[in-house]
Amino acid sequence: MNDAGLEFSLNRVAAMVRRYWYLLISSWPRLLDLVYWPAVQMLMWGFLQTYVSSNSGYFANAAGVFIGAVLLWDILFRGQLGFSISFLEEMWARNFGNLMMSPLRPAEFISALMIMSLVRLAIGMVPVTLLAIAFFGFNLWSMGLALVAFFINLILTSWAIGIFVAGLLLRNGMGAESMAWTIMFLFLPLTCVYYPVAVLPHWLQYVAWSLPPTYVFEGMRALLIDHVFRFDLMLEAFAFNVVLFAGAVFAFLKLLDSARTQGSLLQGAD
Amino acid sequence: MDVTPAPAIAVDNLVKRYKTATAVDGISFQLAPGTVTGLLGGNGAGKTTTIAMIMGLVSPTAGTVAVLGAEMPRQRYRVLHRMNFESPYVNMPMRLTVRQNLSVFAQLYAVADEAARIARLAADLDLTEFLDRPAGKLSAGQKTRVSLAKSLLNKPDVLLLDEPTASLDPDTADWVRTHLERYRAETGATILLASHNMNEVERLCERVIIMKKGRVEDDDTPARLLARYSRETLEEVFLDVARGRDRQREVTG
Repeated sequence: MNDAGLEFSLNRVAAMVRRYWYLLISSWPRLLDLVYWPAVQMLMWGFLQTYVSSNSGYFANAAGVFIGAVLLWDILFRGQLGFSISFLEEMWARNFGNLMMSPLRPAEFISALMIMSLVRLAIGMVPVTLLAIAFFGFNLWSMGLALVAFFINLILTSWAIGIFVAGLLLRNGMGAESMAWTIMFLFLPLTCVYYPVAVLPHWLQYVAWSLPPTYVFEGMRALLIDHVFRFDLMLEAFAFNVVLFAGAVFAFLKLLDSARTQGSLLQGAD
Repeated sequence: MDVTPAPAIAVDNLVKRYKTATAVDGISFQLAPGTVTGLLGGNGAGKTTTIAMIMGLVSPTAGTVAVLGAEMPRQRYRVLHRMNFESPYVNMPMRLTVRQNLSVFAQLYAVADEAARIARLAADLDLTEFLDRPAGKLSAGQKTRVSLAKSLLNKPDVLLLDEPTASLDPDTADWVRTHLERYRAETGATILLASHNMNEVERLCERVIIMKKGRVEDDDTPARLLARYSRETLEEVFLDVARGRDRQREVTG
């Protein structure tokens, strides 16, 4: 077990979470940044929705569909970004040699990054959901169990993408940094955040339905417009997420091995 | 019956090839437990790659490395908690204070009584007054001492040092060397030291391995190296090896 690095220590996970927490609280601009963009986005889409719904019967019936979409999109996007930024902190600090030489296992490292993704998401998103209630009377929390299903599926996708990007960063160094910031935007048009899948060309719909978040955004529209919770969509999303997550972990381990072969672990910031 | 202890580090026919270069070209050596060995060589000689393979950070192309009986990197998790390293080229996170940095690593290494260990190391390495200062606001010498404190947190049985006194003033460098000598005397740790500072190597090491172009050019005690090359200092020996004068001296001698 030891040889394969499969032994898991919660204590080492806690050590890494502690490290990222120290980093987070050491800079108030970074804390503010967690709330700033989600708040700006939500307000912009909220006012747009207010305007459109006053001029369209359809949108008048679909109260909150834009605000709901932007909040769920932020869970997906900020979840991955929170994961990747914590990882990038190690590259920026040239700390990889110290970590890779320590008894920290890859699974523990990834677990700590996932926990920090949740922490950063909570700091950023909770105030914004409260702003949505205050400004537009849209209560994301009133979705109840549906929100739990949406959240689980979105955060699993964001972690899978974060893990894959972390592997690329280990293997290719800072040359792959831009992937961390931009990869999720590929999901924005394809997962149909703001419009139904039916809008896409027929062939592209197959691509959309192979991405777990598509099921979440379709599910959200079903809930807000038709007042139906589509459990079947959540189950399908979860199945795709399990495959995606397993694939990402496999790719991460392969890229880590490759980084060891290429000698790029010591020169992480190059 | 003479029982030779198992080597702390065993390197056997080790090779590391990158796409366009061979960094390490078939080197072999064994380090006995409790010894301090200097790894010398010019830039590009293969010292850092050798140390990285011993740490399990780089996979060998061929050959084997074993640390405390565990093959690296395959069995690294058997021994990583008994090893540590220090290099001025690997940083501690700059925004964290010295105490926070050391606390995180103490927890990663499951150090018992973390606060007491940090206080002891801070006192030993004259870091007490900097404990609550961000690591990024320390001088080069202070950073090196923090890095050294990190490398000693878990009281490692095998300590790998890559130019531990680079960028230190002579006084601080001397002080660090004294601390390393004391640590080895107290714990019986095995230390492998890569350095360009020949005075440091002469003072600390009972054995010197000289590398050139990825190969071991010579391997002996400092005294025997000085005698063999008919030189007064290791620096002269190093220059002889680096410039190929050993062969010239043999021919003319």
